[in-house]
Amino acid sequence: MSTTSYALADTATMLRRNLRHSLRYPSLAIGAVGMPIIMLLLFGLVFGDTFSAGINGGGFDYLDFLTPGLLLMSIASGTMSPAIGAAVDMTDGIVARFRTMAIYRPAVLTGHVLGNVVLTVISLAFVIGFAVLIGFRPNASVVDWLLAAGLLILVTIALTWFAIALGLISKTAEGASNIVLPISFVLPFLSNTFLPLEAMPSGIRWFAEYQPFTPIIDSLRHLLLGTPASAGSGWLAIAWCVAITIVGYFWAQKSYNKGTAA
Amino acid sequence: MSAAIEALGLHKSYGDNVVLDGIDLTVAQGTIFALLGPNGAGKTTAVQILSTLITADAGQIRVAGHDLYADPDAVRAAIGVTGQFSAVDGLLTGRENLIMMADLHHLGRRTGRERADRLLEQFDLVEAGGKLAMTYSGGMKRRLDLAMTLVGNPQIIFLDEPTTGLDPRSRHSMWTMIRELVAGGVTVLLTTQYLEEADQLADRIAVLDGGRLVAQGTPEELKRLVPGGHVQLRFTSPEEFARAGQALSTALPDGDALTLQVPNDGSVNALRELLTQIEASALEVSELTVHTPDLDDVFFAVTHSDSKVAS
Repeated sequence: MSTTSYALADTATMLRRNLRHSLRYPSLAIGAVGMPIIMLLLFGLVFGDTFSAGINGGGFDYLDFLTPGLLLMSIASGTMSPAIGAAVDMTDGIVARFRTMAIYRPAVLTGHVLGNVVLTVISLAFVIGFAVLIGFRPNASVVDWLLAAGLLILVTIALTWFAIALGLISKTAEGASNIVLPISFVLPFLSNTFLPLEAMPSGIRWFAEYQPFTPIIDSLRHLLLGTPASAGSGWLAIAWCVAITIVGYFWAQKSYNKGTAA
Repeated sequence: MSAAIEALGLHKSYGDNVVLDGIDLTVAQGTIFALLGPNGAGKTTAVQILSTLITADAGQIRVAGHDLYADPDAVRAAIGVTGQFSAVDGLLTGRENLIMMADLHHLGRRTGRERADRLLEQFDLVEAGGKLAMTYSGGMKRRLDLAMTLVGNPQIIFLDEPTTGLDPRSRHSMWTMIRELVAGGVTVLLTTQYLEEADQLADRIAVLDGGRLVAQGTPEELKRLVPGGHVQLRFTSPEEFARAGQALSTALPDGDALTLQVPNDGSVNALRELLTQIEASALEVSELTVHTPDLDDVFFAVTHSDSKVAS
């Protein structure tokens, strides 16, 4: 029996397992939607006018400016759930069981990633719907929307693999939820989500300019709102996603297979 | 009879800590083999190596006729493992856990469901089948765990301390299940720290202590390793205890418990002789018990434990 020929079947089994988990333990998934919606209300409606006055209007509607970054924040806070899931899996006996079975090896982790992609797509739909409800007005064509959706999914895959790799080295659920904080919290805030780069103090601006979220948010704004993007930011965004995916994937698989017979 | 499991010269250490120091094992097909030893003896490590979960530092292993390092997946397809810590998915129901196993064995939708339902029945989990496994009691989790191991009809089953933490009733029902498995042609390698369990179940026992096999054989062969039995005499006063110690010179005294262990094979003649001696010295014995040699004696004799007079 060749195990790789069952790659799809085993991955689908693991995906079903993770989706069931999310249904039974939905608080983390709800958190991934709740945070960006609170941000939309707070910054979009309450502080929005003050903010855009502070940056001289900037020639755009602040809610429009804000929403693409909050989509990314939604993805980022959603990575906590698979990171915790992977960490808990490793501490439970269930992964020891999987590792002594002739199943397609990457299936267990890939199941976590795909499960989280499904959840994230749903929560992104919620956040976009809510943003439109309170006044977000994108002027994107169908092609732009498809490209934006593709980029969002790519980002989700990349960040989830990385978060799972972090979850696997952290041994406990508490450790996993702390270790992904840089992804789920620091990067979204220290980016151009809330302010254009030009309006930031120089130290933070330097960090924001070179971290991966900024070119991704730039590209999303370009696709959804038609704002001018800096040259090559689309490619830079994709390059970041691919690089993070590769590092996350191999790191995660290596931790998962550590010490077992190949 | 060909061997289901063959291991030669297993070594495993973590840093300076040597966990397995050259273990040779042969388990014949269709038998129960017990690895017996105190905590930290290396039992779990041995099972983890033989079930492909971790790698050994040195040694040759064949399981179900396959070289474990050359073809670990062929080994995995032939074995089932129930580890020491429950390997059930707490956020799935019992039935979903079994169906997940059936899916991972690619049994097909209908066969998988049928087998899941049959196992729920066999393991007395029909009512609990629709509840999340995290709500199960320890005994139920253990039963579900074993049922999940059986979904793929493994030829060889590893059970790491299958009854640790179970109440006496659950322990006996687990024993019955294990015996039924072997009656069906399966080979079982189990670890235990209970001598009674090894005595009850195993065709062969290997005693593991400090990473080495210190004794190996059938339960009867092992019992023959310790000569004879003994009679234990208990006294109420230290004076009487001291006097008895002088009268019965072959006895092994335990001053704290005020007991004497007198070598005795437990036959009527030997007992009569002892009673005559007691009467002749006018000893006041508060309690007399006859001990035939059991695995406890073997265990303490071969593991060089300090608590030799524990029985």
